Amino acid sequence: MTLVPIHLYLILGAILFTIGCIGVLVRRNVIVIFMSIELMLNAVNLVFVAFSRHLQSTEGQVTVFFVMTVAAAEAAVGLAIIIAAFRNRETVNADELNFLRW
Amino acid sequence: MWIEVGIAAIKALVVILMVLSLAGVLGWVERKGSALIQDRVGANRASIFGVAAAGLVNTLMADPLKFLTKEDIIPARADRLLHTLAPCVNLFPVIVAFAALPIGDVLTIGGRVITLQAIPLNVGILYVLAMLSLGVYGVVLGGWASNDRFSLLGGIRGSAQMISYEIGMGLSVVAMVMTFGTLDLQAMVRAQGHLIGGWLPAWGILYQPLGFLIFLCCGIAESKRVPFDMPEGESELIAGYFTEYSGMKYLMFFMTDFAEVAVIAGLVTTLFFGGWQVPFLMSGGFHFPGGATLLLPQLLVVLLQVAAFMVKVLFFCWLQVLVRWTLPRLRYDQLMWFGWKGLLPLSLANVLATATIVLAIGAPV
Amino acid sequence: MLVGLGVLALLMILSLAGVVVVGGIDVASLNAGHVVFALLASLMILSALGVILNRSPIRSALSLVVTLFLLAVTFVSLNAYVVAMLQVIVYAGAIMVLFLFVIMLLNLQEDRPAMARAGVRGAAAVVGSLFLLAAAHFVAHPLGGTQAAAALPAGFGSIEQLAENLFTRSLLAFEVTSILLLVAIVGAVVLAKRKLE
Repeated sequence: MTLVPIHLYLILGAILFTIGCIGVLVRRNVIVIFMSIELMLNAVNLVFVAFSRHLQSTEGQVTVFFVMTVAAAEAAVGLAIIIAAFRNRETVNADELNFLRW
Repeated sequence: MWIEVGIAAIKALVVILMVLSLAGVLGWVERKGSALIQDRVGANRASIFGVAAAGLVNTLMADPLKFLTKEDIIPARADRLLHTLAPCVNLFPVIVAFAALPIGDVLTIGGRVITLQAIPLNVGILYVLAMLSLGVYGVVLGGWASNDRFSLLGGIRGSAQMISYEIGMGLSVVAMVMTFGTLDLQAMVRAQGHLIGGWLPAWGILYQPLGFLIFLCCGIAESKRVPFDMPEGESELIAGYFTEYSGMKYLMFFMTDFAEVAVIAGLVTTLFFGGWQVPFLMSGGFHFPGGATLLLPQLLVVLLQVAAFMVKVLFFCWLQVLVRWTLPRLRYDQLMWFGWKGLLPLSLANVLATATIVLAIGAPV
Repeated sequence: MLVGLGVLALLMILSLAGVVVVGGIDVASLNAGHVVFALLASLMILSALGVILNRSPIRSALSLVVTLFLLAVTFVSLNAYVVAMLQVIVYAGAIMVLFLFVIMLLNLQEDRPAMARAGVRGAAAVVGSLFLLAAAHFVAHPLGGTQAAAALPAGFGSIEQLAENLFTRSLLAFEVTSILLLVAIVGAVVLAKRKLE
């Protein structure tokens, strides 16, 4: 398949990252915030793979491998924290999870 | 270029037809096979002009007609979109997984070499594992979207079971990959055509007997059949995650069950029993170890290979039907214990042993 | 169904137009690669918007699954086959199942309200547009080398090349990542226990 110019992939990655960023800032449900973070990580993955293809180097794909692993670990621990917090406060609304406020 | 697109389309069509017709025939095999095992007659009421055709008319004509004409009920407070989407999401990955299996060797028509594999990938087995892990979504969606606590319980149990046994399946495949040194399914099947000591076909089961058993157990658990059918425990959860489905959607869930039986049978055949290999059949004809040869035209060789694949797949489908009607159901905690504390350490030990042997005496290919 | 097909055709045409305009590509030299990219990009953006705009968390999670699957298809078009399969197995097949599990266990219904108050929304819009301005910079000054050679070294993106890099140059990172996964498993089990005995 012929090559699409790289700046198209960069713009697509930027748009996905922006959507994820807005999701983190605007949504109140902690799980949806988490999903927006995953969206940001995936936008970065896309940019890495696009560069790997255009510069013909495997380094980008290795980095994506590690990003995926770290994202898996972070999702597991983060969701466990959310479950533990839900047990205490019965809510997943970020505005109401204010245990540490004075 | 259009010829290649056409060939790919024909291969995809063949695979879809194969899976769907296997799923249909397996429904009949299940009913008549269970009847044989339980010493009764089975479905034979529907008949055309008095010909009941051993239950074929009943299972293959009357039942689909009944399902197609039944009313499609969606529960009152259920999520309509997800409820309708769940059976489709359940069926799609299974058919697509079957497409990666090689059905035969190459077919040479008019100078063009066509490999008889609908999706020739060099990461073949990873692709199949990926599609099987997408099968969890159908269960999750079916359980959640029905707004019914039996369905939700069946859905949660079903998805937990599927992701637990995926790991054992993946690890037993890893041992197989180490033995053959490739992820490509067609290359694995070709490698199983070698003869050990000049006379024994080097099928995967000779290299990985424990891996075969683990893979078969995990495969039956993935398709949620007895003895692992707690998610649809008929006597406990009504019908588990597809309680609230009727008509065509229920038929699609059932078809997924049988299509997964076909996929697991196909995978076991490809990985452990030589795929389309007939013992001593090379591309020119039979080459027996004594030196005798039987030359055959290429088309006949290809037909023999495809027939061998189908016979092996049907054998393993029948084996799974036999297992279903012989063994009792595992309780949910027993099921989880078996997956995590039984099969997982066993498959890890298998990987360790395989790695040691491969390092010591070298891989067979 | 005709309406659906019409919407899809409109989407295709709009996204192709977007690709031509943004990418500065000569319309005469459009080929299958551009068409596939246009389709994938537009569907990806739509499903990403679905993640942040859906009221129900389950629908957000399913939109994210669609986005991840489309990303895997994009990876395949970029010759990164192993990474694409890993994306489906790890991200779409395991992490998102975990998300769905948690949503089902906590029995989360629709969010009311779904979004923060207007002040936060305005600030988010500002941040978003700043970032998009940075992206627009790439449109104005495209990176050199857009005519990179389409010919790849043999076996690019295959498991052999990935493994060769992982087990030689990135071996330390590989081992540290496995320890990280162990820490995550232990942490998740401890956090999710009902009470510590």
